[in-house]
Amino acid sequence: MWRSLIGKKIIMAGTGLIWIGYLLVHMYGNLKVFAGEEAFNHYAESLRTLGEPMVGQGHALMLARIVLTLSLATHVWAAIVLTRAAQQARPTGYARFRQASGNYATITMRWGGLALGLFILYHLAHLTWNVPVLTGEYEPGNTFDKLVVGFNNPVNMVLYLLALVAVGLHLWHGGASFFQTMGWRTAANRQPIRFLTGALAVAIPVGFAVVPLAVATGLVA
Amino acid sequence: MKLHLRVWRQSSADDRGRFEDHELDGVSPDSSFLEMLDLLNEQLLEQRKMPVAFDHDCREGICGMCGLMIDGVAHGPVPGHTVCQLHMRHFKDGDRIVIEPWRVAAFPVVQDLVVDRGSFDRILQRGGFISFATGTAPEANSILIPKDRVDTAMDAATCIGCGACAAACPNGSATLFTAAKIGHLGHLPQGQPERYRRAIGMVEQMDAEGFGGCTNVGACTSVCPKEIGQDFISQMNRDYRRAVLGRTGD
Repeated sequence: MWRSLIGKKIIMAGTGLIWIGYLLVHMYGNLKVFAGEEAFNHYAESLRTLGEPMVGQGHALMLARIVLTLSLATHVWAAIVLTRAAQQARPTGYARFRQASGNYATITMRWGGLALGLFILYHLAHLTWNVPVLTGEYEPGNTFDKLVVGFNNPVNMVLYLLALVAVGLHLWHGGASFFQTMGWRTAANRQPIRFLTGALAVAIPVGFAVVPLAVATGLVA
Repeated sequence: MKLHLRVWRQSSADDRGRFEDHELDGVSPDSSFLEMLDLLNEQLLEQRKMPVAFDHDCREGICGMCGLMIDGVAHGPVPGHTVCQLHMRHFKDGDRIVIEPWRVAAFPVVQDLVVDRGSFDRILQRGGFISFATGTAPEANSILIPKDRVDTAMDAATCIGCGACAAACPNGSATLFTAAKIGHLGHLPQGQPERYRRAIGMVEQMDAEGFGGCTNVGACTSVCPKEIGQDFISQMNRDYRRAVLGRTGD
């Protein structure tokens, strides 16, 4: 499974699915800002105490971080191997080449993925590692305040929205590819799969985008 | 009609190769693309130059020998056609046409526009067959197969192995070819005994030949002269996954 290119695609599909699952949970959490400052902060705190008393403080969170990091690392590793294989499969290019199929989502898969990886690093630096970049003054320990202050910076906001477009494009191609790579796509379910994964590729970015837009319009302050 | 041709010339596998420009007059719109190249070769011979080497055999669109990259599209601008069935009426008088061989590492250029597709043969040798008791021809109806299964198998079996899929693939992948062969035999009862060995063997060989991986772009199907669909790729992925994980119980 690890050796063949199809095996690496299956690994990409599986690790991609883990991240889709994470995005849905993350989106659910983000949407809690609409429940108000107290509820949102309470939710943020509960992520650390998840599973208590059986699971120790922050342990569930740490487990999630490990799984996500390993998934992403494997996803990127498979992408690099597949990209290299593609380059080696055509060392001499065409003088003229018209890609016979595919859309914007297809052709931005690799560069878009790299852009997403860079955004994740920035996103973590900003919110988890508290690196003082493009962040204003916020009340320490108040996650809600941190979010509002962060999105009040227009650069942050634009970067975030651009990243969401990249997420949408990545999911548009990756979501449908998941079923094809796993071999679950057939002539009969092609349309439902296109609809389902297309809806997901729109719903996830929109679900994330409403939060900064709400901050920008003063709905959340 | 008059054409400006930009043709890839390469004297041997070791030659670096280059493009050569030729003007060709008096091309009939009713001639096929290969007949147009025949005319070019007549002109080259009259000028005491080496004619352009290109593969061809039946010229009826069923043998899979011909195949050229025409203006960046495998088999040229008309979908569902091989180069031999592409007619010059699809071009305009005065057109500039760039003609290149398939560019895939696993298809090394032999000369000019001729490539060696032995890699496809080696993929087939790893599983593109069934075990069968030879002897007199069996009664045709001794194994009954539902019509829809026969039709699906036939859709895959139309693959002529021309190599356009790998040539058009941005990853230089032979996935559609291999999937068509696996799908053809995999849909028939006669193909079941070796079904999972076939998937593993052919997929392994495809990688060993240096073809790239599939990224579900669909360029292969777009240029395939037989318009073989992406569903066979899904089927191959399933067979391969089951074979590797040992879930071949069906």
